[in-house]
Amino acid sequence: MDEGNDGVIRTRGLTKRYRGGQLAVDGLDLTVPAGSVFGFLGPNGSGKTTTIRMLMGLIEPTSGTARVLGHAMPRSSRAVLPRVGALIEGPALYGYLTGRDNLLRYDAADSTADPRTRRARVAAALDRVGLTAAAGKKAKAYSLGMKQRLGLAAALLQPRRLLVLDEPTNGLDPQGMREIRSLIRELACDGTTVFLSSHLLDEIEQVCTHAAVMTQGRLVTQGAVAELAAGARGRLVVTTPDTGEAARVLKEQGVGDLVVGEDRVTGDPPERDLAEVNAALVTAGVRVRGFGLERASLEDAFVALTGEGFDVAG
Amino acid sequence: MSRAETAVRTPSPLWTFGLLRSELATTFRRWRTLALLGVLAAVPVLVGVAVRIETGDGSSPAHGGGGDGPAFIAQITNNGLFLVFTALAATLPFFLPMAVGVIAGDAIAGEANTGTLRYLLVAPAGRTRLLLAKYATTMVFCLVATLVVAVSALTVGALLFPLGDLTTISGTRIGFAEGLGRALLIALVVAASLTGLAALGLFVSTLTNSGIAAMATTVGLLITVQILDQIPQLHAIQPYLFSHYWLSFADLMREPVHWDGLVKNLQLQTLYAAVFGSAAWARFTAKDITA
Repeated sequence: MDEGNDGVIRTRGLTKRYRGGQLAVDGLDLTVPAGSVFGFLGPNGSGKTTTIRMLMGLIEPTSGTARVLGHAMPRSSRAVLPRVGALIEGPALYGYLTGRDNLLRYDAADSTADPRTRRARVAAALDRVGLTAAAGKKAKAYSLGMKQRLGLAAALLQPRRLLVLDEPTNGLDPQGMREIRSLIRELACDGTTVFLSSHLLDEIEQVCTHAAVMTQGRLVTQGAVAELAAGARGRLVVTTPDTGEAARVLKEQGVGDLVVGEDRVTGDPPERDLAEVNAALVTAGVRVRGFGLERASLEDAFVALTGEGFDVAG
Repeated sequence: MSRAETAVRTPSPLWTFGLLRSELATTFRRWRTLALLGVLAAVPVLVGVAVRIETGDGSSPAHGGGGDGPAFIAQITNNGLFLVFTALAATLPFFLPMAVGVIAGDAIAGEANTGTLRYLLVAPAGRTRLLLAKYATTMVFCLVATLVVAVSALTVGALLFPLGDLTTISGTRIGFAEGLGRALLIALVVAASLTGLAALGLFVSTLTNSGIAAMATTVGLLITVQILDQIPQLHAIQPYLFSHYWLSFADLMREPVHWDGLVKNLQLQTLYAAVFGSAAWARFTAKDITA
């Protein structure tokens, strides 16, 4: 396939300025490797959804290019989209149709979907998201979690090369979240590339191999999840009842950005040998109960990159 | 799910009509559509019963037919088939076009409102294909709605009044079978009269993400046009109003048929369909789908 070295998704200078002048996406260079589970992170209003809509051919970019499965979007929508399953900004259903009829309708909308296998594929998709029992109920009677599952089923009506899932675990209970995550892993094992937007960092850390972070319409970073987390420095953590004295000594030893808690002090580790720092604490009479480096999480990486909390609207 | 067979999928050109079939099934299974058709079916019943009560035991018209009700109303007591013409003449100015305005106005905007539009488009339905399916469905609705009025009127007319040979507007007599044929022809012309409005409604529907707003705008335009068509000082623009030649279908009841108004009506509908159909296409294919 032509997307092999090109990346399943590849954008160059992708920009969207809405009519009103608001710059939603600004010069995005995104590359999603084939076979990856790609986490797409960013605070609300950072341009994630606009980007996804441009990738799906729903919105025309102001400038720049977007290629999906090796073809230019939105020009090649009819060729690309049958091989892409998508869940965009939550599910949308016909409330007056049953769950099964909703899927039959979405499948009928795809002119490359074989009508002879339609019922079987719909039944398989319903089964895959655990909705078989509720398939005959009107969609307006569905709970938010059930709607979310039906939206996922619509994305799984055909074997796909790429799944674009915007907040797929929204509205699900913890059990449902686990099911969806294992479904994503299962799909990824089959070779489907998954592009996953989420505001749940631990979710990204659990399932994603790669990630990209957006703030205010710009891409801050992208790469393998392990490398991103490694990029952020860990924190030196000292557990002690004598926090005041410990903070004073640590400052002398060149530890910056000190945060004093109830029974612990944390800070940026200094350049020098940590054994010397520990020795200095003990010499000063600080009762050290714990001393060590805490590994950086993706959240630390995120905060370091964006300079803000994760749920803060940009 | 058979992930193994992913390699070979050669779509048949016939599969493209799956969307139209789904669209028709979705529209005509909807309670709202059935309610609209129910209201339309009730109009001939009301007219028939009113005429029947007014004329006592059905012997002869009470007031010598001097009223100014809908066309043909005076002849109903002599021949129930005239109820078909009366009912179409009574529903064409508002009831029928309002129902069409609801279906056409909701076509795209309603899908945008519920968010289902984005999923149809990423399926991918194709924007032109979706618009064509929507317009075709609206036209089918025009035809079905007209036939519902006609069939309801024929049933009520047959139950309440005698049937038989009928007298045309020109005074000649034609047989019942030919009268029935003309009734069908009139129903088709009435349905065709609505296609211009259907295209206008579809265009309005591409302008907004609110189904209610699109329906209200389309019905509002209909009422405005009907009012403008009544103001004598505006006679210069009236021939371009889509409703101007609507009632020309009565000319099919002349002997020989006067084709002038009928042809003008069909030309005007074609013009509206072409202009607003193109506008809807231009708008919808270039639109950012943010709903």
